[in-house]
Amino acid sequence: MKLAGARILLECLKQEGVDTVFGYPGGTVINIYDELYSFPDIRHILPRHEQAGVHAADGYARASGKVGVAIATSGPGATNTVTGIATAYMDSIPLVVITGQVPTALIGNDAFQEVDIIGITRPCTKHNFLVKNVRELAGIVKKAFYIARTGRPGPVLIDLPKDVQVAVAEFRYPEKVDLRGYKPTIEGHPKQIEKAAAMLLAAKKPVIYVGGGTILGNAAAELRELAETLHAPVTTTLMGLGAFPEDSPLSLGLLGMHGTYYANMAVTNCDLLVAVGARFDDRVTGKIAAFAPHAKIIHVDVDPTSIKKNVRVDLPIVGMVNDVLSQLLKVIEDRGDAVESFRTAVKPWLAEIDGWKARHPLTFVESSKVIKPQAVIRKLRELSRPDAIIATDVGQHQMWTAQYFSFTRPRTLLSSGGLGTMGYGLPAAMGAQAAFPERQVIAICGDGGFQMNLQEIATLVQNRLPVKICIMNNNYLGMVRQWQELFFGKRYSQTVLDLPIDFVKLAEAFGAVGFVAAKPSEVEETIRKGFAAPGPVIMEFKIAREEKVLPMVPAGASLDEMVLAS
Amino acid sequence: MRHTIAVLVENEFGVLSRVAGLFSGRGFNIDSLSVAPTNDEDMSRMTIVTRGDEQILEQITKHLNKLIDIIKVIDFTDETAIEREMALIKVTAEDAARAEVLRIVDIFRAKVIDTTPKSFTVEVTGAPSKIDAILDLLRPLGLKELVRTGSVAIGRGAKGWKG
Ligand SMILES: Cc1ncc(C[n+]2csc(CCOP(=O)(O)OP(=O)(O)O)c2C)c(N)n1
Ligand SMILES: [Mg+2]
Repeated sequence: MKLAGARILLECLKQEGVDTVFGYPGGTVINIYDELYSFPDIRHILPRHEQAGVHAADGYARASGKVGVAIATSGPGATNTVTGIATAYMDSIPLVVITGQVPTALIGNDAFQEVDIIGITRPCTKHNFLVKNVRELAGIVKKAFYIARTGRPGPVLIDLPKDVQVAVAEFRYPEKVDLRGYKPTIEGHPKQIEKAAAMLLAAKKPVIYVGGGTILGNAAAELRELAETLHAPVTTTLMGLGAFPEDSPLSLGLLGMHGTYYANMAVTNCDLLVAVGARFDDRVTGKIAAFAPHAKIIHVDVDPTSIKKNVRVDLPIVGMVNDVLSQLLKVIEDRGDAVESFRTAVKPWLAEIDGWKARHPLTFVESSKVIKPQAVIRKLRELSRPDAIIATDVGQHQMWTAQYFSFTRPRTLLSSGGLGTMGYGLPAAMGAQAAFPERQVIAICGDGGFQMNLQEIATLVQNRLPVKICIMNNNYLGMVRQWQELFFGKRYSQTVLDLPIDFVKLAEAFGAVGFVAAKPSEVEETIRKGFAAPGPVIMEFKIAREEKVLPMVPAGASLDEMVLAS
Repeated sequence: MRHTIAVLVENEFGVLSRVAGLFSGRGFNIDSLSVAPTNDEDMSRMTIVTRGDEQILEQITKHLNKLIDIIKVIDFTDETAIEREMALIKVTAEDAARAEVLRIVDIFRAKVIDTTPKSFTVEVTGAPSKIDAILDLLRPLGLKELVRTGSVAIGRGAKGWKG
């Protein structure tokens, strides 16, 4: 049967099992929106800004592990998606973003709402496609989903001209994808695995350094088994939080710029660093020359370009992280006596780490007068459900969340790590809530970033998405203010947000509810009320305005040059 | 270090800008780049001459391989490849200089492909170093215009990369 392009697109989404799309209509996607009536199984959520739509698709993808889908019209709709796409690209999140385009005959004519979105997104997509003929459409959609979710995942954009949506073709969804230029490596090379096992078992001071690839590669179970079999300590990046339970005695928490003293000391003093799905970001390594100076480095990653990009690596292993870790486990478990003696050999190292933990635990000065943000984060952990999903924005509150929440399950922290996109938190939470209507989803935002996408409260209310929004209000662009305090002589140029906003009224204006905590004694009650209220909620915490995120490794310093207390 | 890389690519819309964007976005150098269709009409072949140390070169080949439209990346070394380039050179040639130009053309087995009372246009083919050498000799006589194709390269021996 012959179908119009717009219809073919939606049939393809159905074949891919897409149940939710985040999209915004406009002239060049109006045909798709008209066809949508025939697809009751596809839930369409209308955000109030295309950037938020893409962040929502991203939050949906991070929380569920499925490919997130977003739609936008040509021109301004398409350009509005760019920040969302770049955010997903930096954190390797699988998305398919569909943009309308002016009719093929007009492309290149500066037509109304024409923009070269293929050119604009080329450096921030894993791949992108311009569909020139309706006969190619089904094959392209198939490829797009395949590319987005396999190997190192990432966003793929499909630019669909209006005339292609109208033109008809025979619809047949291809069963297989054949891309001769794209064959991601799945299994690790057996010889490399053998070598890795030997290096591991010979180590006396090992550290496993875990990044977001471990979560994206669904390898949390294998990681845990490896660490617990060997008694090897584990530190995670921001993106890796949740890959390893932070309540385990083997957990060192976060490393890097705002990492724990003991994680950074362990990395600086280890003799073997096993990097798993991590990419040695500068926020993690500090000064490269002083990073893990005594260690041999094993690097497991699905993306060969991540390996040896900025640090020397003694043993690279390219492959899917879960496959490689289970291969490695098999080899190690076959050598039971070596494992026994390894556990004995690392005892002094674990004791040394415990010494660091005891000397400089992660702490802050508690207060009964002002609300300490760290105390709010702890309370949120205490009062939320164990499987709650936390989305953060970007800034100090993001780091306090990373430090103090204690994540124990993969895919429960959604945060823009690579691009550091303010405005991400609220729409990402919205996407996660759409994926899991029954779970508790909490957005932790700064007062600055919240205002970058606050229009999405309307989407939450309209779609009955009961996201709990926590605003950590310091009336500052806090993270920048912290840098100004430390490095610019307290000259708070343009970081003071001193307009007193009534966030409760704001919530009410959208038909949501709001609560405020202005004193420490009000924190618990506010959280309880907020969690108990049925729909979307704003909880504002008026926090200690000039609290800093500590410890801190100044940019460019080495990890053992931490500023511990103010 | 100078490196010559051959890349087989899908004949898709936008491939050239993906490759060019990769080099500019990551700060890799391109000394020359030539591209044309192959025997297989779905494929083109690029020859890219670049510079960088071992680590940079490794990143370049890995990133090229990562592009979906790239089918094959071959990193040539001097021993494994034969490289050729062509140049068209318009050189001032009046009076006594005319004979000098012709002598140089003869030594390099080049060809005069156009002539006027004031100039010769010369076609020369060879390894890039040979082109550099003839240019060194012609330059003092007065170069009016120069076009180089950039290198193309092919592996030595019987083995061939289809395309
Ligand atoms: C879109 C965007 N613009 C600017 C920045 C730079 N930036 C990083 S953190 C920050 C301050 C954020 O302030 P707020 O949202 O109030 O969070 P806080 O640090 O106070 O917790 C800024 C401006 C950014 N990361 N993203
Ligand atoms: Mg703030």
